Amino acid sequence: MAEAALPGSSSTARPAARQAAQNINAPLWRNALFVAPYLIFFVTLLVVPLFWGVWLSLHKADAFGTGRFVGLDNYLRLFRDKIFLQAVGNTFYFVFLTVPALALIGLLLALALNRKTRTAAALRTVYFSSSVLSVTIVTLIWRIVFIGNFGLLATIYGWFGATAPVFLSDPKLTMIGIAIATVWWCIGLPMMLFLSALQQVPQDIYEAAALDNASRWRTLWHITLPSIRRTFVLVIIIEIVLQFQLFGQARLMTQGGPNNVSKPIVLYIYEAAFTKWDLGLGAAASEILFILIMIAALTQYFISRRKGVEG
Amino acid sequence: MSSISSGMVGRSTGDRIILILAISLALLMMAPIAWVVAMSLKDNKELMTDMNSVFHAPYTIVNYINILATSSVFRWILNSMIVSGTLTIFTLVLSSLAGYGFARLNFPFRNTLFVIVLLGLAVPEQAVLIARHQLFSWLKFHNTYHGLILPGLAAPFGVFLMTQYFRAIPKELDEAALLDNASRFKIFWKVLLPLTLPAQATLGIFTFLSSWNDYFWPLISGTKKEMYTLTIGIASTQTNFAQSEGLGFLMSQAVFAGAPILILYLFFQKYIVTAVSGAAVR
Repeated sequence: MAEAALPGSSSTARPAARQAAQNINAPLWRNALFVAPYLIFFVTLLVVPLFWGVWLSLHKADAFGTGRFVGLDNYLRLFRDKIFLQAVGNTFYFVFLTVPALALIGLLLALALNRKTRTAAALRTVYFSSSVLSVTIVTLIWRIVFIGNFGLLATIYGWFGATAPVFLSDPKLTMIGIAIATVWWCIGLPMMLFLSALQQVPQDIYEAAALDNASRWRTLWHITLPSIRRTFVLVIIIEIVLQFQLFGQARLMTQGGPNNVSKPIVLYIYEAAFTKWDLGLGAAASEILFILIMIAALTQYFISRRKGVEG
Repeated sequence: MSSISSGMVGRSTGDRIILILAISLALLMMAPIAWVVAMSLKDNKELMTDMNSVFHAPYTIVNYINILATSSVFRWILNSMIVSGTLTIFTLVLSSLAGYGFARLNFPFRNTLFVIVLLGLAVPEQAVLIARHQLFSWLKFHNTYHGLILPGLAAPFGVFLMTQYFRAIPKELDEAALLDNASRFKIFWKVLLPLTLPAQATLGIFTFLSSWNDYFWPLISGTKKEMYTLTIGIASTQTNFAQSEGLGFLMSQAVFAGAPILILYLFFQKYIVTAVSGAAVR
């Protein structure tokens, strides 16, 4: 489809150029041909499914087709479903475990590695490298670290004659185990975001501080941290949105168990829609996830804006 | 340049302690990977009797030879390359055209359309997955390459990135060409596109990586074993993990699947870093 638009726009462009040369900024329908190929995909594969999903959530639908209109029935079923409510709680718990850790460790790493030496560059490469692995490889690595009796953790504990905590089968530790693997996997992005923010802090402020003999801590506390406050909020928002969508780690490390303690909302959606084929219920659950993510992002946004006005 | 500009001052003792801590943490981070690589180089029977054998010789490449002989890994790598490669090329074409259109040209409803596309950045995958799945069922697109590729083409990130990039190029360049009666497409193709090569590299690698690592859509759309992508294929071999007698073999698959993407990362990390920081500067 992309190719189809190219010859079309170039063949009609010759007379158009003469016309346009007189008025470069005139709005022309023909110019929209450049954005049309993308918009076709955008509308058919994103906009339409978005509204179709809302419509589905109001219907009783299965693998064979969309059935009758049931209004908010799917949503009511969700609110009566203990497993769904538990999945919502699990997801919040996971976000609570991972997002502050990612933001703080990411910030500390960025502060430590914001220097122009080869060692620092090499360390930045190392810390970001785990982020390019797929969730399958990450979970493969961490399951073998955590597995009882012969995992890496058990082996290390064994050297000291101790028994390692069994992260993936003890209900109290399961989500913590998934969170550790997730922080290991995702730490590169917040670190990079903080690094690029640190490099944009105007240098003359540091020079002024150095002339005033400001200590390292005073410089960090009064200059560096306030300058990157916007990035801090951005990192929190990005990570909340990302970690709310926990799926692969939970599915591959624990299948949501034991007893659903590690089942997040997205795994619930996946099971409702693609193993039980209750598409209406799955769609309703995904709309609730959508709303939760929007609320989290908007709350962060407004809090940061209010602080910005005061500061 | 100066030690001040690095934010943290000079070569003091405190500085060295920070660096040593950062190096130790990096080693700790690498430990699980090193351990998995070591396991992949061990005989499976030896692993079963003593896990501490991971730390000493003999090592063997028999697990890797077994991959070449028995596994479907090659088919999955081929699938991933076809899907991620095609998606990357089409994303570059679509995003460049749209980025040029939004940044440089005027047409009715341009700003409204651009805002709508930007709002698309905020839509989580799950909000559209089920409807897409149903649409693709009707079209009989599941278990085909185009079924795996198409959803990625709707992502607005590339359009956003390219629009920003085209906006940053001085306008005099194409206005001069326009006065020479060059067509709009010719200006795009001959004058502006060559200037966007760094952005193309950034967007290309970013798209390739996220497509290569995608887990959810290939899981529900490519359900036949011969249509698995590498991510799904490797995941499918992981069942009955604890009972598995071929731990070394399993780990060699992980290394086999992870190594190419790590090598790609080491080669192109400059552009990946730009992509990540570029996303930050909204």
